Amino acid sequence: MIRFDYARPGDVAEAVRDGAGDHVAYLAGGTNLIDLMKENVARPLEVVDINRLPLAQITDLDDGSLRLGALATNADTAYDERVQARYPLLASAILAGASPQLRNAATNGGNLNQRTRCYYFYDVDTPCNKRVPGQGCGAIGGVNRIHAILGASDQCIATHPSDMCVALAALKAQVQVTGPEGDRTIAFADYHRLPGDEPWRDNTLKRGELVTAIDLPAEDFSTNYTYLKLRDRLSYAFALVSAAVAMRLEGDRIADVRIALGGVAHKPWRRIEAEEAIKNERPSDTVFDTAARALLAGAIGQGDNSFKIELARKAIIRALGQAAAGTPQSQTDKRIR
Amino acid sequence: MNDAVTIDRATASRVASRRIETLPLSLAINGEARELQVEPWTTLLDLLRDKLDLTGTKKGCDHGQCGACTVLVDGKRINSCLKLAVTLDGAEITTIEGLGQPGELHPLQAAFIEHDAFQCGYCTPGQICSAQGLINEGHAKDRQDVREQMSGNLCRCGAYTNIADAVLEVMEKQS
Repeated sequence: MIRFDYARPGDVAEAVRDGAGDHVAYLAGGTNLIDLMKENVARPLEVVDINRLPLAQITDLDDGSLRLGALATNADTAYDERVQARYPLLASAILAGASPQLRNAATNGGNLNQRTRCYYFYDVDTPCNKRVPGQGCGAIGGVNRIHAILGASDQCIATHPSDMCVALAALKAQVQVTGPEGDRTIAFADYHRLPGDEPWRDNTLKRGELVTAIDLPAEDFSTNYTYLKLRDRLSYAFALVSAAVAMRLEGDRIADVRIALGGVAHKPWRRIEAEEAIKNERPSDTVFDTAARALLAGAIGQGDNSFKIELARKAIIRALGQAAAGTPQSQTDKRIR
Repeated sequence: MNDAVTIDRATASRVASRRIETLPLSLAINGEARELQVEPWTTLLDLLRDKLDLTGTKKGCDHGQCGACTVLVDGKRINSCLKLAVTLDGAEITTIEGLGQPGELHPLQAAFIEHDAFQCGYCTPGQICSAQGLINEGHAKDRQDVREQMSGNLCRCGAYTNIADAVLEVMEKQS
């Protein structure tokens, strides 16, 4: 691990001051950053330990939304009674990810800012445009079973590894950030970005900005929802494909639906037109397939990962069916029904 | 961090020649108050093993993938390999040495022996600390929950079914 200066600010304003400058990393739970530092992928010259900032609370806001502090742990969030009752999709997605030990340490802000698990990004002896701009991409034409089928570029085919973020995309969360230029709110769909020709930029944070909270809107998706995660082993593995569905039924019709995919792109993958295409329809596999095909239009396999296209189509259909039936996927009993 | 990682030669040299400064750290380790000085890049795992000679906590993968380094921090289980010690100032740490002693085994240690829940034993301290964390958390209700909530601890000898038996037995007695 590289040697670094260490700062431990006591409040947000001090943290933002400490966070200004080159080669600075904010440290929260550390479950991803410390690992990347051991691998020499992350080499910050200054580490700003933000664990003393007062950002670990989960609080009700006046407009009925729920604010998740950036430093609340993934475990405290998933088991929070309000999250379990009002946002079970989020609780389910969090519990589908990582391990209990990691969820006890990892924070909500850190979950958003975790980096890809692309093998080439992690291995400093191989080329990676995300790690070193202009170096090339080892995954394109290389071993790419876990890589993107949507939204990739000719410079990067990495995926975002989070489960939590897939649910946050479906729930249309808002990310609260602060920084040298003040506070702002970023819609979840605009928080992460596609690689394009700047694959080293995972998100739209500006230099020195810090996530302070994630707000969940007051909308009710607590009955018809699911988080369906498909992976190489039943627990403690990243998604090959995952689908988060939040649905609202009126009578026998789909009044509202959100579908977000994990494991397929550089960010949680949503397309409004796929959702619009099945609104006001009666739930059926044929209708669900329409949404799946719209969501996956233009998908490109890289060889090893080409199976993901058909796997994703089937996962979307199954997840929409689980949501419509009000039978969300259990994260303990992994049998898919 | 959202920057490409590129460090020029002059910066690399400045980093390499940096004077090592230690920081004060107060921890309660297995019930004993300790006043320590640590380098900021020291992980809790390396502090326990290399500085404090508490070698019951094992270094397996050192990347948060195996669970051999699991300890309890303020009663909650974490991977000690992914936690900088300096970030834990004021915390209570419990390692396998704090759970049981020779001749005075923790109920989980006794159950692991009773159920033949290990072969080589390398993962066992982490398994037992993790199991105590699972019991503290109180989210497991049955065997399937135990299997899922112990999934952060790998056992390459493959003693999983017996580990689940041991944990389940102690969990049911303690609840």
